[in-house]
Amino acid sequence: MPKVCVCVKYSLDVSEIKVDPSTRTPVTVGAKRKTSDFDKNAVEEAVRLKEKQGWTVAAFTYGTDDAKSALREALAMGADEAILVTDPGYEQSDTLVTSLFLAEAIKKEGPFDLVICGEVSIDGYTYQVGPKLAERLGIPQITHVRKLEIKGDEVVAERDLEEGYEIVSAKMPVVVTVTKEINEPRYPKLMDIMKASKKPIKTLTAADLGIPDDKKGAAGSGMEVLKAQAPEMKRKEIIIKGKEPTDAAAELVDLLAKEGVIK
Amino acid sequence: MSIWVYSENNDLMLELLTKGRELANQLGVELAALVLGQDVASKAEELAYYGADKVYVVEHPNLATFIAEPHTSALAELVNKHKPDSVIMGATKRGNEVAARLAARLNVGCVTNCTGISVDPETKMLLLNRLVYGGTAISTQRCKTKPQIATVPPRTFEKASKTDRKAEVIKEKVEAEEPKVKVLELKKKEVKGVRLEEADVVVVAGRGVKKKEDVAMLEELAQLLGGVVSYTRPLAYDLKWSPTWTGMSGVIIKPRLYIGVGVSGAIQHVAGIRDSKVIVAINSDPDAPIFKVADYGIVGDLYAVVPELVKKLKEKAK
Repeated sequence: MPKVCVCVKYSLDVSEIKVDPSTRTPVTVGAKRKTSDFDKNAVEEAVRLKEKQGWTVAAFTYGTDDAKSALREALAMGADEAILVTDPGYEQSDTLVTSLFLAEAIKKEGPFDLVICGEVSIDGYTYQVGPKLAERLGIPQITHVRKLEIKGDEVVAERDLEEGYEIVSAKMPVVVTVTKEINEPRYPKLMDIMKASKKPIKTLTAADLGIPDDKKGAAGSGMEVLKAQAPEMKRKEIIIKGKEPTDAAAELVDLLAKEGVIK
Repeated sequence: MSIWVYSENNDLMLELLTKGRELANQLGVELAALVLGQDVASKAEELAYYGADKVYVVEHPNLATFIAEPHTSALAELVNKHKPDSVIMGATKRGNEVAARLAARLNVGCVTNCTGISVDPETKMLLLNRLVYGGTAISTQRCKTKPQIATVPPRTFEKASKTDRKAEVIKEKVEAEEPKVKVLELKKKEVKGVRLEEADVVVVAGRGVKKKEDVAMLEELAQLLGGVVSYTRPLAYDLKWSPTWTGMSGVIIKPRLYIGVGVSGAIQHVAGIRDSKVIVAINSDPDAPIFKVADYGIVGDLYAVVPELVKKLKEKAK
């Protein structure tokens, strides 16, 4: 039976990130995490292949021990196996390191006919892991996919690009990155969540994968983050409250005319 | 020593040439533009007048259609031959996927969607700014090795203008991998009127707008102001009202006037409108985060306020 590998990230929940008002730096220590939105679409797409065409689904994540939550969610959604790829240098890893760990783990557990990732993660938003994974696996990439079909040994995919929807085909194996539009991820049933909590999760480390120290964490990363700060938003914040709509509208039109943005 | 710029998008290429020229002058290095494709010699000749010192032109049948793998391999061959200090690419979806793949092939750092680039006075490396955590913060990042790879979204910098000085146009030969992905069809996205990213005024519908028919009211408002209507992601994506939306994951806009109607102001949306000249919000919830980033706002029912606004603007036009 064909096998599909799906990669998920246990991302920072960006809607929950607070900013320290004195330094304007985002507080990420202890911040809430969840499966990155687009990765749930990736899991859903993989599970549909299982249901419709009998594929086997393996979920991978690169992260710390708490990333097992994302794997449990994938298992509850219908994944057959789950693999945590972990390293103490995770927090300092850039996409070069992440893609290396994932690629080595996928090679070890494979071969896979298809690799599915979310197009981007909600916290890092780099769009880099999918293409880098494809490069490291030495296979083609099809990014930003909104429709996916398997025809024999080929995938046919519709990509959502700026200028239009591009329909492409390629022989498997390929890496596909999916958009949020491709499907509606299911909510696992309580029974499935309970079952998933009892399924084994395999753990792979750098030693298991033969990844040397200079390719891990900060040492293996191609870039460094010097600082992160909330941008200053200096706006007027003139808010009209408690007025009749007609008066409020008149006041706004006057203000905008004074500002010179309407004629 | 050189800075390279490359985008498959012509406008974006001109924007990269502006920034590239500035950085090259500052560092005292050469600026080169890359043109990849098939039958692109005349395009390269034209591009030679926009501030670059050199234009490398690469023609190969495998580059006729834009496929990530042959483009990556062509760029990697060029980089390995000439060893540029940095490669700055356009952050289109195609640009980002090639930049990422190229960085993995060369085993170097890559920073996507940079909204600012400057020179680190100490290391002479590039300081690359980008939004992180859904737009909560701007992060400053620096590559550790060369070539430094960065991508820049459309409309981040001004377009370069034509000059009298012509760059040296150099033909390069590459092997360029055989494409393994076949393009079967491109269905163009329909653009009605002005493109969202170029619109002077943008009225955005948020979740406060209950039915798709109600957007007509916003259309009327936009029309009176000479603008266009856009959507937040939940309306565009989840409810499928539109193929495009405004926000970090969609179109990032910088209009003269932004009006959010029933928009709550999620950070991912705000990240996409941050550089608007004037931000206006209409929302019934006084605690909606959008008011914190707005210049002007009305706390009220959009179904009552928008028709009144339309009426007032019509009166004013008379």
